[in-house]
Amino acid sequence: MKIVGVSFSIVFACVMFMSFQQPSQKVIMDRGKIVYEKNCLSCHQADGSGVPRMNPPLRKTSWVTGDKQRLITIILKGMDEPLEINGEDFYNVMAPHDFLKDQEIADVLSYVRNSFGNKSSIVNVTEVRAVRAVRAKLLAKNKK
Amino acid sequence: MKQILLLFAFSGVFCLYSCANDTATVKQNQEKISYDNSISLPVNFKAQIVVEELGKNRHLAINTNGDVFVKLEKLRNGSGIVQLRPDKNGIYQEVNSFCTYTGTGIVIKNGYLYASSDDEVFRYKFNAKNEIENPDSPEKIVTGLLSKRQHASKAISLDDIGNIYVEVGAPSNACQEKDRQKGSPGMDPCPILETAGGIWQFKVDKLNQTYADGFHYVTGIRHVVGMDWNNVSNDLYLMQHGRDQLSQFFPEMYTEAQNAEIPAEEFFRAKKSSDFGWPYCFFDPFQNKKLLSPEYGGDGKNQGRCADKGQPIMAFPGHWAPNDLMFYTGNQFPAKYKNGAFIAFHGSWNRAPLKQAGYNVVFVPFGADGLPNGKYEIFADGFMGAESIVSPGDAKHRPCGLSQDADGSIYISDSKVGKIWKINYQSK
Repeated sequence: MKIVGVSFSIVFACVMFMSFQQPSQKVIMDRGKIVYEKNCLSCHQADGSGVPRMNPPLRKTSWVTGDKQRLITIILKGMDEPLEINGEDFYNVMAPHDFLKDQEIADVLSYVRNSFGNKSSIVNVTEVRAVRAVRAKLLAKNKK
Repeated sequence: MKQILLLFAFSGVFCLYSCANDTATVKQNQEKISYDNSISLPVNFKAQIVVEELGKNRHLAINTNGDVFVKLEKLRNGSGIVQLRPDKNGIYQEVNSFCTYTGTGIVIKNGYLYASSDDEVFRYKFNAKNEIENPDSPEKIVTGLLSKRQHASKAISLDDIGNIYVEVGAPSNACQEKDRQKGSPGMDPCPILETAGGIWQFKVDKLNQTYADGFHYVTGIRHVVGMDWNNVSNDLYLMQHGRDQLSQFFPEMYTEAQNAEIPAEEFFRAKKSSDFGWPYCFFDPFQNKKLLSPEYGGDGKNQGRCADKGQPIMAFPGHWAPNDLMFYTGNQFPAKYKNGAFIAFHGSWNRAPLKQAGYNVVFVPFGADGLPNGKYEIFADGFMGAESIVSPGDAKHRPCGLSQDADGSIYISDSKVGKIWKINYQSK
């Protein structure tokens, strides 16, 4: 009985721990939407369609649904280089958004990867932390 | 009786023949010229469709013989300029395409066609048959202009005494240390103004001119795509694209609703060495004055150094994005249009999350003093293709260029799918 009780407690603790680590998709999406509306919507628009010639779309492009590291790097570093998506060129600068917290970046990227018709894996805070650490090292090295 | 029957039969055959003939004529006319009823215009104006889908149209220019030259922002079959010519029925056919670069500016004057890439200006000569003599080897008249992707379009305009005016847009929103980054301060003085954010005057017939050869005619503009020389007042007029993102960067000062209307898009009458205040200043249409930008210490009320900067002659709703300006010099339209200004608004994006606006062509009546003498009115509308849109990508068309032909018809180009309309006035 004791063993059963202990195992139950362990299982319960694990479930609690996992649910703490991994909030539901809805919670992530809701948090991501708030970050999106405050920091991204103006340029990328409410439906992720972007602005012709200026700000690229966030839908129907592997820039968003593909490599997570590349996507996280764009948030941290910004983007100011020639960009062509589906035959259209985009010219506006995206400022670095490294002032966002790791969790906010994870949330907003999970949001855009699962909005506007996109369906892709979510981005974890640990993945953002890792990319930021690599970037910090790189910047420190470049300073030397 | 027989005679009556015969007469009856005869008239029946006659009617059959003539009725059929009438139908055929109507059908033939319909095939000749098609009109676009989705574009709303004042009474007695009609929008003829010149071409349905050409490409990424920017500005356009009409030669004295009626040929339409369209500048493209993306090469089409390897060409950046397309030439269309009306046949004897008034139907436009593509007759030529040339030019290896993309860009925005195109103007025809005194037997030459002038066109700009994003860093140079060229000119091509027409021969006596109105054909371009040197499509593959134009004269390069200006070179080495700043082009950094954002606001790189080079609008051009000519005066009557041999000068060409070239706009160099500021590759920036408000000259922050880090462009469009929340919290990044404005650079003071703004170094961008040395080579951009202004208009340079060059000679139309001198080759390979650089900044050093030009005269720095106007400073303190963010970006101007619509500009035109007014031959009555002998001045250059500009429509500025105002700054973006006040509420995003300064939420404590501006709501999203205020951001949609502030700043106004400003209409300027430029004089030699005019300074219109960018990036330090912007025009608040509610307080009806230039205010100090928050990046330079503005608090939404103080004017700071902005009180003595060049003032607009008219203010338009925020973010409408004026992409062309043209003074009407023709005689076809009613008298009130003579010497007034048409402005093509490409349409907004920075009104989001509120619905977008602009996407129209307005008319501004002008007096003999070279100033507006009445309110602006919407001249052509319906380009959006919907009652309202949330994102600019949803617009069916976006007005981008204006031009006028020798008969006084005006032309409107669309950047979305490359449609072109010819606007005629028919009083009967």
